This record gives sequence, C-alpha cells and structure tokens, in this order.
Amino acid sequence: MPKAHLYLKDGSEFVGDVFGAPADAVGELVFTTAMNGYNESFTDPSYRGQILVMTHPMVGNYGVPKPSYLKGILRNFESEKPTIEGLVVSTLTEDSKWNSAENLDAWLERHGVIGIQGVDTRELTIRIREHGSMNAVISARKLSMKRLNELFSWEYGSADLVGKASTDRIIDYGGRGKRLVVFDYGLKHGILENLYSRGFHIIRVPAWTRAEAALSYNPDGIVLTNGPGNPALLGSNAKEVAALLEYGLPTLGICLGHQLVSMALGMDVRKMKFGHRAINKPVIDLKLKKAYITTHNHGYALYSVESGSKVKARFVSPDDGIVEGLEGTNRKLLTTQFHPEARPGTNDALFIFDEFAGMV
Amino acid sequence: MRKSYRKILVIGSGPIKIGEAAEFDYSGSQALKALREEGIKSVIMNPNVATVQTTHTMADRVYLLPLRREFAEKVILEEKPDGVMFGFGGQSALNLGYDMYKSGFLKKHGVDILGTHMEGINDALSRSAFHRLMEKRGIPVPPSGSAKNMKEALRKAKEIGYPVMMRVSFNLGGRGSFVAGSEEKLAPELDRAFAQSKVSEVLIEKYLDGWKELEYEIVRDADGNSAAVACLENLDPMGVHTGESTVVAPQQTLDNQEYQEMRSVAIRVAEAIGLVGECNVQFALDMRSRQYYVIETNPRMSRSSALASKVTGYPIAYVSAKIALGYRIYEIRNSVSKATNAFFEPSLDYITVKVPRWDLGKFERVDQGLSSEMKSIGEVMAIGRSFIEALDKAVGMLDIGEQGLCSGRMWDSGIGRKEALKAMRERKPYWFLYAAKAFKEGASVDDVWKASKVDKFFLKQIFDRVKLADQGWKKSGNFAIKRIDTLAGEAPADANYLYTTSEAIKSDIEPSEGKKLLILGAGCFRIGVSVEFDYSAVNLAAYAKKHFSEVSMLNYNPETVSTDWNVVDRLYFDSIATQTVSSILEKGRGDAQVAVFAAGQIGNSISSGLAGAGVKLFGHSYAAIDACEDRNRFSAMLERLGVSQPEWASATSRKEIMRFAESVGFPILVRPSYVLSGSAMSIANNLEELERCVRNAARLSAKHPVILSRYIGNSIEAEMDCVTDGKGVYGITLQHVEEAGVHSGDSTMFTPNGLGKGAYSKMKGTALALSNELGSKGPFNIQFVVEKEVPKVIELNMRCSRSMPFSSKSVGKDIMNVAVDAIASGLGRNGFYEPHHASYAVKSPQFSWTQLRGAYPALGPEMRSTGESAALGSSFDDALLKSWIGVQPNFIAPKGSVAILYSKNPGAEIILAAEKLSKWFDVKTISDGDLQPFEAISQDRAVELMRLHKVGITVTEGSHIGFDYKVRRGSVDLNVPLVLNGRLGLALAAAMERKGFVTESLECLEMGRYWEGRQKAGSGNKRNIQ
Repeated sequence: MPKAHLYLKDGSEFVGDVFGAPADAVGELVFTTAMNGYNESFTDPSYRGQILVMTHPMVGNYGVPKPSYLKGILRNFESEKPTIEGLVVSTLTEDSKWNSAENLDAWLERHGVIGIQGVDTRELTIRIREHGSMNAVISARKLSMKRLNELFSWEYGSADLVGKASTDRIIDYGGRGKRLVVFDYGLKHGILENLYSRGFHIIRVPAWTRAEAALSYNPDGIVLTNGPGNPALLGSNAKEVAALLEYGLPTLGICLGHQLVSMALGMDVRKMKFGHRAINKPVIDLKLKKAYITTHNHGYALYSVESGSKVKARFVSPDDGIVEGLEGTNRKLLTTQFHPEARPGTNDALFIFDEFAGMV
Repeated sequence: MRKSYRKILVIGSGPIKIGEAAEFDYSGSQALKALREEGIKSVIMNPNVATVQTTHTMADRVYLLPLRREFAEKVILEEKPDGVMFGFGGQSALNLGYDMYKSGFLKKHGVDILGTHMEGINDALSRSAFHRLMEKRGIPVPPSGSAKNMKEALRKAKEIGYPVMMRVSFNLGGRGSFVAGSEEKLAPELDRAFAQSKVSEVLIEKYLDGWKELEYEIVRDADGNSAAVACLENLDPMGVHTGESTVVAPQQTLDNQEYQEMRSVAIRVAEAIGLVGECNVQFALDMRSRQYYVIETNPRMSRSSALASKVTGYPIAYVSAKIALGYRIYEIRNSVSKATNAFFEPSLDYITVKVPRWDLGKFERVDQGLSSEMKSIGEVMAIGRSFIEALDKAVGMLDIGEQGLCSGRMWDSGIGRKEALKAMRERKPYWFLYAAKAFKEGASVDDVWKASKVDKFFLKQIFDRVKLADQGWKKSGNFAIKRIDTLAGEAPADANYLYTTSEAIKSDIEPSEGKKLLILGAGCFRIGVSVEFDYSAVNLAAYAKKHFSEVSMLNYNPETVSTDWNVVDRLYFDSIATQTVSSILEKGRGDAQVAVFAAGQIGNSISSGLAGAGVKLFGHSYAAIDACEDRNRFSAMLERLGVSQPEWASATSRKEIMRFAESVGFPILVRPSYVLSGSAMSIANNLEELERCVRNAARLSAKHPVILSRYIGNSIEAEMDCVTDGKGVYGITLQHVEEAGVHSGDSTMFTPNGLGKGAYSKMKGTALALSNELGSKGPFNIQFVVEKEVPKVIELNMRCSRSMPFSSKSVGKDIMNVAVDAIASGLGRNGFYEPHHASYAVKSPQFSWTQLRGAYPALGPEMRSTGESAALGSSFDDALLKSWIGVQPNFIAPKGSVAILYSKNPGAEIILAAEKLSKWFDVKTISDGDLQPFEAISQDRAVELMRLHKVGITVTEGSHIGFDYKVRRGSVDLNVPLVLNGRLGLALAAAMERKGFVTESLECLEMGRYWEGRQKAGSGNKRNIQ
C-alpha cells in the first residue's frame, strides 16, 4: 500500500498508509471521540476546513449506506457529500453489512477525500489536547518544505467556511404547517428532518440572507443552524440575527446558531483550546433539573451569561461550566450549543424540537 | 434530599459457582468502598471466605454466614443497620432480598432496601411480568407465552411454533433454559425446569435463530438521569448464553441509528422497572434488517457489568452504590479522569475481546456443546488497538496450550476444513480457533458464517489475518503502553489503568524511579484456580506498599478485584507472559522485582522464563520453585532429609507401569502428563482399570511419562499453609474430613486439626526441614497423607494455595502480611510456629453439577468443585453445619423429610450416618446399594420423591457411574443437597444430631469475635471429629 504522510504545524510527522483519494489536504486537525456514526460525522458541514482524527481505532466497519431521503431531506447523512478535508484512522476496515452500498475507502475516493491509516491516533489526540487544535496536511507523497509552507499558510480562523457550506439558493420544502425560515450556515439534515417530521413548512435560506428578506416569508419562527469556522468572522450575520430577534419571533439556535444569538445579544464567544467533539457529553438542564447525554461539535463557546440580560443560561456543562444553551427571559428564544438532532449521538435532546414546536 | 445512613448491610453472592464468580467480589468491594467514603459503617454477609470483600480492610463488620433468611435476620437484629443492599451479590443476593422483602421483616425493623425497588426487580425477573410490562410500554419483545405447567407450556410452544427457546424465571447462568426443535425435545426439559425455578414458571419464546445478541449497560439515578455506559456485542449468535459467548466491546457493527434506537429503548426498559442503580438490557438484532427485540434485563450488578467496568474504566458498581445512597449521577466524580463527572458515556480508543474459559474435559458425560446454559468457569479479557490484536492476545491468555489464532496446537493439527466447520456447527468451545483453522484449510468467509453464524465482519478480520499468516506475516516489533482513561484521550487521566499494544508508537506513561514490585495475578479462573488467588494478590499488593514505592499488578481476568485500577499504583491489564513482563520492566526504571507466588501455577510456570530473562523475583527463588516442581529432584530431597513419601514411579512404558503395580499392589493413583482434554488423574483399583487409565494418556514417552503412586486409602489427609524466611516457618494446619484420594480442593477442611500428637509434630518438623533445606523465602503449601500416625509428603507447592484466605481468616492474621514481612525482613524466629486457634473453622467445597448438564457427580483425585464456603464457630459442629449450608443448595430439611443413603460398598461411616439421620429424617436406601435395615427403593422412585420436593438430603460414596447415575443426577438437577463421601456424611449427621437438626441453634457472630483470645500462648489445640 502506498505511504501517506501527515504533517502537523508543530513540525511533527506521522507516516501511514493512504486510502480514499490521493489528493493533498490541509485543515485544522481535530479529533472526535464518537465510536460510530461516521457517515453522519463525515458529512457534517461543521467539519469543513478540518481534518478529522477518529479516536476509535477501527473505522469503516459497516461501510457506507445508500442515501435515504424524505422529501429531499437526507436521513442517514448530514449533507450530500463528505465535508471533512481529510481523515486519520488507526485501522480502516471493510464492510460486510447488509445495507452497505460501498466501502468507506471507495466512498471517500469517489468524493476526492484523502485518508491515512496505521497512525497512532491516541498519540495524535493527546498532542492535540496538549497543544490545542492546529493545522495539518495529509499527502500521498513526501512534501517539500516549500509545498508544506504553502499549504500551512492557509488559516482555519480566517477562512470563509460558512460561505462554502451554506446553500446558495432558497429551498422550500413545502407543507401546510407553520412556516419556519431556516438560516443555513452549513446545516445538518438531521435538523431539517426533525423540524419536518413535526409538521413545519421549512424555507431554507442562505447564510447571508438579510433579516427583512427572511421576514418577507411571513415566518412563524426562525431557526439558526450549525455551521463551520470562526464565528468572529460572522459579525454581519450576527447583526442580522440581532435585527431578527427584535421582532420577537420564536427562535431556535443550534451550535453556531447559538453562538450568533450570543453575539447578537452582545456576549463574548471565545475559541476553546481543543473544543468539544464527542457524542457522550453531559449537559444539565437548569430548568427541568435533568441531565442529558448530548452530541457536541464546537471549537468556540460562550463561557458565561451576565445576570439581568435578556436571556439566561438554560443548559450548562457540568464538566467545564460552559454555557450549553440559552433561554429568553421573556421572549420565545431557545438555543443549544450542543446538537439536539444528534446524528451521530443520543436521542436524549430531541425534546428541544418539541419544545420549540410548542413555542411556535 | 438525600437520606443519611448510619450503617448498611451488603449481601454477597456466596461460593463461586458457574454463573456467579468473582465479579460479585468486585462489585461488592466497590460498594463497600463507596460506603466507607461516605463515612457509613458497613456490614458484609457472605460465606465465601476467599473473597476480598469479607475482610476488615473492606468492611467494618464481616459475617461468614449462609445466604439464607434465618441467618440474615439474625445479623440484622445484631447489627441494626438502617439500610441493606441486595444488588451487589448476584442472583443469590437478590433471591434472598426478595424473600426478606416479602416476609415484611425489613419493614418491621426499619431497614431500607437501597437501590431499585423490589417490585421493579420482580417485574424484571419474572418472565411473564416483564413481557407484560414491555408490551404495555410498546417495547418489542419476541413472541412468547408463559406457562405454569407442562400442558400449558406445550400448548404455548405449539402456538408460537418450533424451534422455541424455553426460559426460567429467577435463575442464574441461564439455568434450565433450552432451545427445543420439537415437542419430544421440549417435554423432558420442562420437567427439569419446573423442578428448578423458584416460582415454577417458564417462558416459551420464539427462538431467534442466527440473530445477533447485544447488551447495553445502563446506569440511572432516582431522578431518571440515565446513561449507557457500554454496549457489548456478542459474537456467538442468539441461543448461546452471553456468559458462553465471545464478546467484543465496544460494539463494532451497529450504525448510529441502530445503536441509538436500542440505547433509547434500553433506557426506557430501565425506566419501566424504576431502576435506581445499574441494569443490563439484552437485545436480539436481526442481521439482515433493523428488526430487534428486547430479551431481558438484570436489574443488578452482573458479570456483564463487571466486564463493562473493566472494558470502559467506568466503575459501575461504585457509581451504583452512590446512586443507591441518593446521589444524582452528575454529582458523582469520574474516578478515572478525576476532572469530569460520572454522567457521561465512556468513549474507547481500543477494542476489548472477552473469551470464556471452559473446563469440560474434567467431567464425565457432560454435554460438550455451548448452549443457552452457562458452563464456562472463567473468562479472559484482552485489550488491543484492533479486534485481531485483542483476539490473538485472548487466545494466549486462555492457557489452553494455544499461543494465538495462527499458531499452536489447533493451527498445527491435522484437523481438516470439514471437521473444523462441523465443530463450529456443533458449537464446540473456542469457535475462533476452528474458524482460523478452517480458513487455513481453504474455507471461505461464507462457509464459516454458515457454520458459526458469527457476523461476517469479524470472520473477515480473522480470514485476513490467516491469509497474512500464510504469507509469513510477523507481529510488528512495536511495543507501547497505553492508558485507559474513559474519554479516549480527550482529558488527562489520573488512574494508571494500562495495556500494551504493538499497533502504536508511543507510550502514555513515563518511566518511574524507585523500588518497585510487579505482582502477577492468576489469570482466568478454571477448576482449581479461583478467587482465592485473587484474594492473595490483592492482599499482597496492600501489604507490599510499606516496602515498595510503586506496586503494580499484571492480570487479565475482568471479574476480579485485582484488576481494579484503584487497588495498585499501576494496573497492567495484559497477558501474563515472560515477554510482556520483560517489556514492561524495560519501559520502566529503578529497581523492580516481580512476585509470582500469588499467580498460582501460572506464576511457577513462567518463573523459569523470568529467571532466564534476568528478572528479580520477590519471594522464592526459581531454584527453590524448580526443586519442588521437578518430581524426581523433589523426591530425592525428601529421601535425603529422611522424610516419608508414598511409593511412586515415573513410567514411560507399559512394562514399567506393570512392574510398579506388581511391587506396590492396588489401588494406584495414575497421572498421565499428557492428555488430550482435561488432566485425567484417576485411581486404578485393579489391572483392568489401570489399563484404561493408561489408554487415556494420549502419549507415552520419555517426555510424557505417566506418574504412578501408591494410593493410601483409609488414611487422613492434612496440609499446612506456611510462610518461611528460610529459617523459621509460620504455619496453619488444615485437616481434611474426607480421606486421601479426594482432591484437596474438593475436601472439607477444618482447623484446629485433630491429628495425633506424633503425626502433627512430625509434620511440623518436615515443613521446617524442607524450608531450611530450600533456604527460600515466601509462602508455600505442603500436603500430607497420614497413615497410621506417619505423615507422608504428597506434594509441596512453593506458592500461594487455594486455602490461604481460609487459613488467614481462621486465626485473624493474613498470610500475605506474614509473607511480605518474611521476605522483606524475616520472620524473626526460628522453628515452626502455629498461632493459637481461638475457635473452629470449616471450609466446604461448592460444586456446579447442576450447571454442568449431564455430568456425573463424584469425588476423586481430579478437582471438580468451583468454589467454597466457610464458617467459624465455637464448636466444630457449628462451624461445619454453617459452612456446609453456605454451599448451594444445602439446608437442613424439615423433620420427616426423606433422606436417601446408599452405597455400593458401604463403609462404617455411612451406616452410622444413616442411623443418626433416621432420628429426624425418613431414611430410604437404594436397591443394590442398600443399607440395612432401611427401606430400599428404586432410583426412579427416588427421583420421583425428589420431584415431589420430599427429599431433604442424599448421601452416598464412591464412584459408580454405571450404577447410580440417575439418582446422583436427579439430586443435583432437582436441588437436593448431595453428600458424596461417607466420612463427610457421618460428620454432618453427627453435627446435625447434636444441634437438634435445626438451623436456629447455630451461632451468628461477627468474624472478629472468633479470634478473641488468639493471643493466648501455645499452639496445636485440637479435637477429634465425630
């Protein structure tokens, strides 16, 4: 098998075997501790601009299924194509599952994504934990310093990833239910499916849609979705969110959507050392006095809510105290830093969609 | 608001039997630890003397008593606890709990049952109640019906359609369950089942042929916060008991939708039974669709919860105990990371494989195929960075003479493709060895799948490895030590829970300096190696801490306390092999020693390799170990010291065997050194039997001789558990009730001994002389047969023995403590010293005949028991009866019950026993083995009486498989106490008579009470039995 090289910004290099498509990739190196649900993870637009390390050592076991749709909404992927820049695993495996359409290797190759296997992924994970997320390059050949420097000049923090991830046209999913305008910053189909199955009429709009334009659809509610990249680059989007919030429409913010709401309300969203990327994380619901196991995928976070503001913390992480969700004090606003739609992850927080449906 | 408790009683699981092993020592110990942390006084009740939990270092108060209501009630009246935990002692403890809850005793005395409410437990354990509850909640369960009698059961089976799975309520290890393809097969099994179940109810269920079995471990607090700690994937299909299955964790083949849907359902099951603590929920999943069913739940600590704890690093029992005390899960700390809390679902960056260990070769007529009943004795768990790395390690850990998947006896054998496939179809143990062999012989993944019904994903992995091996593939030379941290590296870990891998480049741990000790554990349990060795390893670790700056453990048995990462500074969960030990030591620095003596025979076996690798041993030198292991050298040493031994010979030809028989006469003890299965030690009473024994020896050569020795009948067997520093000897003398010829592990033992003064003094002298001659330091066990006051040495083992926990607790001083001091600084006195015995102690063997379908219950030179019970008492009678009742299913039956006593060649003891028992029981005897003057009945009639629950005890002796198979098998199948030795029968009968045949007359005192007065000078106080 041809050798692949994984170069880290800190100068270290890992050698393994190449799989997928032998194209050079650069991205922010992050890890996820999810042990399955890779077809959902690899198509999650929030991973745009990132090379993903799987901490679980065997990946590919059940292959990749054929896409399954419900009215144009994907049920077993989070978007049409892999969104990760590259993949790092310890052992790549072949499927043997009844519903697998192709092997992970073939699927990635078909979509032009490179992978490297045979890497000590635990060592890599510990390095990321200790040094923080950093840029990395995967290549199917040994790269010159010049080429490496060229690739490393790319910066995650300043890349317009939402622009790449968002839809560039308006998609109306139809229906007779209450109308939602869904701002697509790089949305996961899991969010759409959960809204659709609760009877909503979804109008999916690009990330750069203006508040007035959104309001022109006469929505009964607004949904601000997840998306990739540095929220600090999205100041103008946050302004539109602030404008929308003024209208007092029932609003649901998820992940990046939660961060944009925080920014719109004048709160500080900061980069974390290595983020939360897992499907096993607890959050405590301060209102219902319950705890849930939830899916997280964020490298930025809101650390505190000032008292007396228009919102209060609804969800917190018992591990590091990060604000994992907000609720309006006297307005119909609900946000989660975690992913209630999970995919991959538990069904513990699906009630968020019910609660939102109750608000609209 | 949390209620604060003052004192809590924890119920253990009793002696080790198939289906209930050391996992409950582990879970009970974790519960005791949680209580101690909270400042709550703890009381443990458990007759299993070899457990770590029954020590004062774990519990404040210890009661070595049978798990029966009458004893538990006395303990509660004495201790006045305000709470009791039944969830940590397996099904045995839950059964006791349900009994006590029903009687209203606990309520009356203000004792709370902590954890899941008993009604919820009843819903979970009653097959029909569970099915009703699931159906009410819309949770899918297989089509089924419950029945209270044979007719109803057959009707239900017809409705559902064959094949059906029959299951029994309130049972452990799948006892009484069965897959039946037809009515003719089902009817006799129903008979057996109705006799066993506590509530006489069976469930007839659609048999899900070829479906995959999965198990979720759920923790849930009183607020309903729930987490799935692990999902274990069984490789063997439905129909093979999960305890018999090879298990991979985390699961490897479910996608997100399947995984999460079943997880949510598992949490709903927990909710339905009002779980407060931990349960497992078992699923069957169709391998060709998304259809699944919930099979069952166990609302308590289990083998799978212990396994899941070791798999994940998440201490389920500890967390459950805290939940039972009223904590919310997120208020409990993650004791591995220390940084996060216990409310999360562990993420693993490694793969574990669990493989059961069977010992079926030791039993005559036992069913060899795996089924829905559990027959395995132990298990191993291997950790690797891939499925194949872990499975390959697991094969070596089993200690069955196989090095790995693609090397060893099976790999090199002449077994062909067809034969290997047939073995898998018949569900022979260790299917993966046959799979690798079949692939080697040209079988396809489909062929093996058809025979085994193991998911092709795993078969493909094995197939690929076989192909690589064919191409001369060699394991990489990498060696890294990785840490298990519950979070896949996401957060730093505080605990040193470690494994080794060749599929990585860098170790997680830094080399450490200082004086270090690496203790080897005993590996997987099998007949003869059980929790006793774990007790020694754990106590050794505790005492060694005062002499070493770092104490580590190397072991791979997931059930045990020794593989609890909190017990030592570093836990290496890995193979016990010279290579592993050397590599671990190489990665470290400083002055490291290795203790092999707590590892049982494995330790002695690898001592030569370790010595060769230049490893420093803590305790006995390799030279001393070898001097006693080598039969010829040992015998010569005895001769040199003028110590008697039974005549023996090592024969390499038929001629030599016959010559020995002529010179000493019969009976002769025969031990082939190479056999195909089991170890087939036996007694030959005549020429014909001798010929048969020799035929069993598969090979006979200079390398594989047959060891013959004169069998000394009508004698007394005794042994000494000792510690020496080369000069003096500290020893506890144990006398056996049964005569020599019954394996020491199957004997009833007692202290203080009742030997004649001359014999006892000669034994002491022998132990001392041998110690001085060997000049080695450490624990050892020496066995004697005493013939006419002359003790003869049978064997000397330079290591811990099975009986050392019992010896330790008989006098209240731990032998491991003495051993550590003796090795580190000397005993401080010359001569032989036995401490004063302030009271009587008796230990009884627990057999698992019931679980070993078809096996013929008999005693002999081959060990067959799986566990032990013990008791202390102010009289021998008291200790004997409590110890014996501690063994399941023993009890003293009500007046007028039938006692069946018979013997093919009755000795004086059994006749006397019958006379004594007839004062309480209606004694009957069996035709052709009858005892005068009692009424003789046929074996069929005897079994019929058993079925009618009229029989209280069966007593017999000898071994006559052609004569009394029916009545012995009937006894164990129908839960009748079975005594297989005349001397034991008489001792029990005499004790019962003196105690008025009632349990109420027996004492219930705390263990420490029996040591009072032990400071008294002098030793060797004694009495005679009978």
